[in-house]
Amino acid sequence: MRIEIEIERSCPGEGQAARFQSFHVEVPRHATVLDTLMAVKNQEDGSVTFRRSCRSAICGSCAMRINGRSGLACDTQVEGELRRHGKLRIQPLAHMPVVRDLAVEIDPFWARVRAVQPWVERPREAEPSWPVEQETRMPQSAAEEMDDTSKCIMCMSCFSACEVAEVDTRFLGPAALAKAYRFVADPRDTNTQNRLATLNGGGGYWDCTRCNQCVEACPKDVKPMEAIVHLRREAIRAGFTGTIGSRHITDFLSIVRQEGRLNEGRMPMQMKGFNPFKLLPVLPLAWRMWRKGKLPLPWHWPIPGVSQVRRIMDRKGGARRKSFVVGKGDLK
Amino acid sequence: MSFKYAYYTGCAAKGVCPELHQSTLAVARALGIELVELKSASCCGAGVIGELEYETQLAMNARNLALAERMGTDMLTVCGTCQGVLSRANHDLKGDDLRGRINEVISDSGGPYGGTIQPKHLLWVLIQDYGIKRLEERIKNPLTGLRVGPFYGCYILRPSEYLGFDDPYNPKSLEQVIRALGAQPVDYSGRTKCCGFPIVLEQESSAMRMVGTNLLEAMDKGADCLVTPCPLCHMNLDIYQGRAEKEMDRKIGLPILHLPQLVGLALGIEPRELGLEKNMVDTGRLLELASRGGVRV
Ligand code: FES
Repeated sequence: MRIEIEIERSCPGEGQAARFQSFHVEVPRHATVLDTLMAVKNQEDGSVTFRRSCRSAICGSCAMRINGRSGLACDTQVEGELRRHGKLRIQPLAHMPVVRDLAVEIDPFWARVRAVQPWVERPREAEPSWPVEQETRMPQSAAEEMDDTSKCIMCMSCFSACEVAEVDTRFLGPAALAKAYRFVADPRDTNTQNRLATLNGGGGYWDCTRCNQCVEACPKDVKPMEAIVHLRREAIRAGFTGTIGSRHITDFLSIVRQEGRLNEGRMPMQMKGFNPFKLLPVLPLAWRMWRKGKLPLPWHWPIPGVSQVRRIMDRKGGARRKSFVVGKGDLK
Repeated sequence: MSFKYAYYTGCAAKGVCPELHQSTLAVARALGIELVELKSASCCGAGVIGELEYETQLAMNARNLALAERMGTDMLTVCGTCQGVLSRANHDLKGDDLRGRINEVISDSGGPYGGTIQPKHLLWVLIQDYGIKRLEERIKNPLTGLRVGPFYGCYILRPSEYLGFDDPYNPKSLEQVIRALGAQPVDYSGRTKCCGFPIVLEQESSAMRMVGTNLLEAMDKGADCLVTPCPLCHMNLDIYQGRAEKEMDRKIGLPILHLPQLVGLALGIEPRELGLEKNMVDTGRLLELASRGGVRV
């Protein structure tokens, strides 16, 4: 079939601003976006620049934005794109400076991955009695817990799709945080407290909006956002409970336990503490909301049946899952 | 044909967005949809409870779904976030093993849940059950000339694995409804993006940049208002719009309507009955524009 492909072309280093250029090429019906780009490069314009290596969704080098979705060009068929969007429009990954056309600068991404120390920390001296042949053994369940995040091929699609990365350059982003969880979940690693402490601040796991863009974009089903959520849980369980993010979760739980329902009128008060000075900045907004009839009272009557809800929430064992992370002591 | 649903209000419609509850009831009445409110339903957990205790959240929703199941009807939701959480819960509870385990947890607390019903957002009900044609027949006051920006919100689209109604990258349902009401949908990239609400207390300036970017893009593409199926998006886009204006250093003033508020206007329901005066961003000019048939003066 003969198709049109629009490619965003630019070369900031040579002062060429981004513009779309259209090409018409003949490709087989089962062609991927990468096949189409190679046809363009071979037949139409050899200067069209993009990265690729394996052509089979393994190396992660061909990620780009395809009709606005960040993903692998070698893993996306043209026919489906045309059916879904009626066009084929290719852009470089977002949130990273462009080198040329579809090739972006990858250093900022890798700096984030390096920042989470993506290796197992286990001082040999700490475990002198361990026979070498047992050193890397772990329970099956622990391996399964790391399974999703181990599948990452570092293609950067999630980082490009990330909505927080768009507005906050400090944010480490989905891939790096998923990698962090991979080592938090690793029973061999002895550095959990430090890892959780470092990522507890700005740019870390509390800054994610849980928009699910990374889960949707990931070509390998790593589910980075779920790994970020696991980091939050592990942080709270490890005692990092001072952040607004963690208070949001624990206060949410306690309000729902009391009333059966969330009360947004009480949430900010509960989180900031009942301190008039801290509440001062929210007063003008609260006043305007009250005038519009939108300000809920700080206390509500509980819903009918709240005792059932409390019973569910209080149940140990069944409903409460202790931890997704297998205890670090399980190896002994 | 009769339409009857177990109505799951969610927390926002009973708290900070009373106009959502009000307009839902008014629209249902006008369309002949019978809603039986699930008064003893709990919070869905909003994914927040699930962050710490996923199975607690699952059990709470098994109880919520069981309440609807006992009525013998599907569940109608009016909150994109509730819908996302309930869709995922219902998906997880389809597995016999997990449902069995959760049913043990709720055996003396409203269970068991048989896994036989579907939670459906009002937006989906209008398209899938009620039908766009039938909706069009009820329009008394077509919103001709009004340019409406759809704002889906994350949880009604993603992860699509659990929701499966719209294409998460190219959704059509809100556009379909907007057209059925006689208005014109505005195409802008922010329509499938995040409103930033979940981090508004942690990282206010990031959240406000998200609000500001999306609203300004819609405005620059000519939107007269936005419509959203999620009250949490509504909170961030409407209640916090003043703060987003400060963050972006630009006046915005874009009215944000709940889905049933927009539908209600086209059905000829009085603005007061739809609670439009409760919206923080003034809707007066929008109503005027609608009453002039979209003619700009
Ligand atoms: S070329 Fe290797 S992942 Fe696409």
